[in-house]
Amino acid sequence: MIDMHLPILLIVVPLVSAPLCVLLRQKTLVWAFASLVCVASLGIASMLLIRVLEEGVISYAIGGWIAPWGIEYRVDTINAFVLLLVSIIAAVLMFFALPSVADEISGKQHYLFYTAYLLCFTGLMGIAITGDAFNVFVFLEISSLSSYTLIALGRDRRALTASYQYLIMGTLGATFIVIGIGLMYMMTGTLNMFDLSERLPAMFETRTAMVAFAFLTVGMLIKLAMFPMHMWLPNAYCYAPSLVTAFLAATATKVSIYVFLRFTFTVWGAEFVFEKLKLDAFLIPLSLIGIYVASLSAIYQTNIKRLLAYSSVAQIGYMMLGIGFVSITGLTGGIVHLFNHALMKAALFLSVGCAVLRLGSSDLADWKGLGRRMPVTMAAFVLAGLSLIGVPLTVGFVSKWYLILAALEKGWWPIALLALLSSLLAVIYVWRVVEVAYFQKADDDSNVKEAPLMMQISMWVLTGATLYFGIQTDLTVNVAQRAAGLLLGVTP
Amino acid sequence: MISVGLFNYWACMILMMIGLYTAIARPNLVKKLIGLSIFQVSVFLLYISMGKVSGGTAPILGEGIDTYSNPLPHVLILTAIVVGIATLSLGLALVVRIGEAYDTIEEDEIIERDVVND
Repeated sequence: MIDMHLPILLIVVPLVSAPLCVLLRQKTLVWAFASLVCVASLGIASMLLIRVLEEGVISYAIGGWIAPWGIEYRVDTINAFVLLLVSIIAAVLMFFALPSVADEISGKQHYLFYTAYLLCFTGLMGIAITGDAFNVFVFLEISSLSSYTLIALGRDRRALTASYQYLIMGTLGATFIVIGIGLMYMMTGTLNMFDLSERLPAMFETRTAMVAFAFLTVGMLIKLAMFPMHMWLPNAYCYAPSLVTAFLAATATKVSIYVFLRFTFTVWGAEFVFEKLKLDAFLIPLSLIGIYVASLSAIYQTNIKRLLAYSSVAQIGYMMLGIGFVSITGLTGGIVHLFNHALMKAALFLSVGCAVLRLGSSDLADWKGLGRRMPVTMAAFVLAGLSLIGVPLTVGFVSKWYLILAALEKGWWPIALLALLSSLLAVIYVWRVVEVAYFQKADDDSNVKEAPLMMQISMWVLTGATLYFGIQTDLTVNVAQRAAGLLLGVTP
Repeated sequence: MISVGLFNYWACMILMMIGLYTAIARPNLVKKLIGLSIFQVSVFLLYISMGKVSGGTAPILGEGIDTYSNPLPHVLILTAIVVGIATLSLGLALVVRIGEAYDTIEEDEIIERDVVND
């Protein structure tokens, strides 16, 4: 019986729990409750993925209203994968949360922090699971509004301006998406994604359809921080509390990329977007420029969180590059990188969070000699950093391998070469941190303790995952390949 | 006649551009939010206009009426209005806190004060 209702439970459980956090109030109690909710969601999400892999697409009609009239939740391989990713990250981060939030957020606001965290989590899961275009917008705003709140909780006053800037850009992006959805509805009279994909082809020649597509795509590109629409991202990641940075970096942009995949491939269809409108001629150069510009900016940063934020923009470039190839291999690379980057960036931001807890700063200059003062934290940073570069036996290598394979498959060897060379830039910015931490002497030799065990658990689970999935690639690559086949409408 | 029939869409586009320009170009944080609100309202207008069926009445069952306007876009916009209010209030709350932290809500002055601090 409960098996039937898994898709809706995934949304209802965290959504209802969020206001309950406000009622509980007591710090540790709220934390324990929120952790329980995240773990429960992780359980539901993994059950869903297993069922989808066994039985195929699951469709759930909310309130018994059959699609296309009612809102449909539709789970297939791609979003089951994204749902699992978001819930894994949310659950693993809860270990980190207890000491980190106690340190960075004032005691009176803890319960509000967890409320916003659960709401943001609900929104992200909702975006991923829904099969209704307007519902995407509603969940997008739930997650965005709560993430603005979470960012504004940062200690620095610049967190406020960062959050404000993100609010303006995010709302513009989301409103662009609504305009696009509205125009699509105008032409077809339906909001259900599956139904839209059947009715839209008849409208492809009209100007309204073109405008709808343009608004929708620009809106989504703002939301996923595609270069050059990434300006909101570095500040937001830099000044947010450590936990929030790790959570958003690992999930928010990834879910937006999923939305992009869903709309371009499932709703509009690869044929219209890439053969008629030639979006790839726009995506591939922009991704490559984005990779280089953002990586070069990362090299010159003096704050490690900001450095990693710019590196995130560059990594989004890799994912979009993979999508721009419009081939099974390219999409596999893009989707695998989506998963892998979430793991490694979360691990990196968590190790920064551990250092921030003890040093109170993420400025590069304060990290002198940290390799000797906090060896365990720095070891995790280096391992996850190797992943960012794409060293073999780490997850970063797996995704870059598929991207370069996809470029060579098309005979575009200059792009393969450029993607390879860009890894060298990653070597430089990771090396800058390593150099300061291991080869420079600390200004003061005061003893710094390692971070509490709870934080290290989260950090090492994710760092371990970057190594595990780097060696054991079957699971991620298989799922990504099936997802890519589904998006392109062929079975690999 | 065509231009009259498209009046709503013209109004919507003009409002949209005014809102977008204000949200991007104005340095005052409150004015930016006003621009953002105008931008969102123009989209409400777009949705409400598309729900109108010429000659149709309000979608309430009645005798002798067979043409109704489409109520669905209106319902969607109810949701969007709620979202708009939430965004605006959150934005204003942020502006209040920015004002407290910086003693100004002009973007250029805020940037100046941060540079001095660094």
